[in-house]
Amino acid sequence: MKSLAPRLLAAVALLAIPATASAHRAWLLPSVTTVSGTNNWVTVDAAISNDLFDPDHFPMQTGGIKVTRPDGTPGEIQNAAQGRYRSTFDVQLDKEGTWKIGTSTSTVGGSFKLNGEDWTIGRRRGPPSGGPGGPGGPGGPGGQAGAGGAAGPGARGEGQTPPPAAANAAQAHVVATVADIPAGATDIKLSETISRNEFFVTAGVPNDTVLRPTGKGLEFDPQTHPDDLVADEPARFRFLVDGKPAAGLRVTLVPGGKRFRDSESALDLTTGADGMIEVKWPLPGIYWLNVTASDANGSVAKGAERRMSYTATLEVPAP
Amino acid sequence: MRSTSLLLLGGAIVAPASASADTVTVTIPRLNVAEYHRPYVAVWLEPAGGGAPRTLAVWYDVKKGGNEPGTKWLSDLRAWWRKGGRSMAMPADGISGATRAPGQYSIPLPRDLRAGNYILNVEAARETGGRELVTLPITVPNGSGKATGRNELGLVTLSR
Repeated sequence: MKSLAPRLLAAVALLAIPATASAHRAWLLPSVTTVSGTNNWVTVDAAISNDLFDPDHFPMQTGGIKVTRPDGTPGEIQNAAQGRYRSTFDVQLDKEGTWKIGTSTSTVGGSFKLNGEDWTIGRRRGPPSGGPGGPGGPGGPGGQAGAGGAAGPGARGEGQTPPPAAANAAQAHVVATVADIPAGATDIKLSETISRNEFFVTAGVPNDTVLRPTGKGLEFDPQTHPDDLVADEPARFRFLVDGKPAAGLRVTLVPGGKRFRDSESALDLTTGADGMIEVKWPLPGIYWLNVTASDANGSVAKGAERRMSYTATLEVPAP
Repeated sequence: MRSTSLLLLGGAIVAPASASADTVTVTIPRLNVAEYHRPYVAVWLEPAGGGAPRTLAVWYDVKKGGNEPGTKWLSDLRAWWRKGGRSMAMPADGISGATRAPGQYSIPLPRDLRAGNYILNVEAARETGGRELVTLPITVPNGSGKATGRNELGLVTLSR
């Protein structure tokens, strides 16, 4: 079992299962989404917290942040730093067009029985091990991201994860991956969790390269360009699952700045038969969009549960 | 630089005298504030029934170069930027120019403008200050009308 421990912890840190019971949300807050010229930077706050966009809980790990340049090629983040409550990073916007910046994670979890006892794949049951760990500890950002956000980026672990609680974790009935399921296991249930959390920033004229659907999983297929929003014009966003319009999905849009209001003032919309929602913005501002879907089309095994989550940060300027 | 402004100003003053062209007049108000910077201003027309906007004037910090060139803040003219400013290359011949001091400025409508109804838009954004958009429905040719901004812009008129 000892040799399992490192892998185990990695798995604990890696998991990003959206726990709907928790209101913790992973969010990215860009300093700007529209810039003039190709000599600009966007600086981004990344955190996990209840209220948007108030960093008061845990920083998001930046190791899993991916940058897609307007031509579809990968870019890079710079100046990544982690604070107690938030991480920050920068991206130099040196090419005209629309950039996509965010996380994309895919993890597999599940359960099985062995000799009549319940085992978990990839994730401990119960509270995070290691007690009240600070950021970076096993109870810290990695684990919390899993328990938290609809998106749980953070999750990638990225090599931090000191394992003081290895023994504790190892005592639980957990294996790290599907490959570690022992012979003789029964009642194997697998589920796949796919999460995206991203925003778009445009230098000059917007383009659509980074918005093109891939046909895989839950996808955002905006008919109104996400960097072309304005408070007095409704926006039309379509959602796809495996490239097909996804009807009946509940889409939540939460404006930032709750502490200056009495309530969250979230918009709850449901996609129509064409997978579309039309958003009438109540106010200009920064919005956190989240939608989840699940089905039995997981790729890990036939009939495996697949849980999908999509999150985007949108800026809606005043007219 | 100074001579350029003077020349433009000279041309602008002469324009209304010709009386044959419709002319837009834009007033930049004098503001009593601790830190004043001349506003960025964009003036453009949108066909009333929809269609491609046409920019008539953009006043920005033409001279500033380096790491943070004057073009960096063009997107602060957020309505103009979204309506078409972002697809224009700056400087633009006959359209862009330096920021203007408080005062009244005339911009002749282009002679090749097709007759019809338009929305005239004037947007101003000022560093450390506010931003304002004034719109005025107009008819071309020989139309007239006026609108007034509240803070960042004064009287906007169309006259012959």
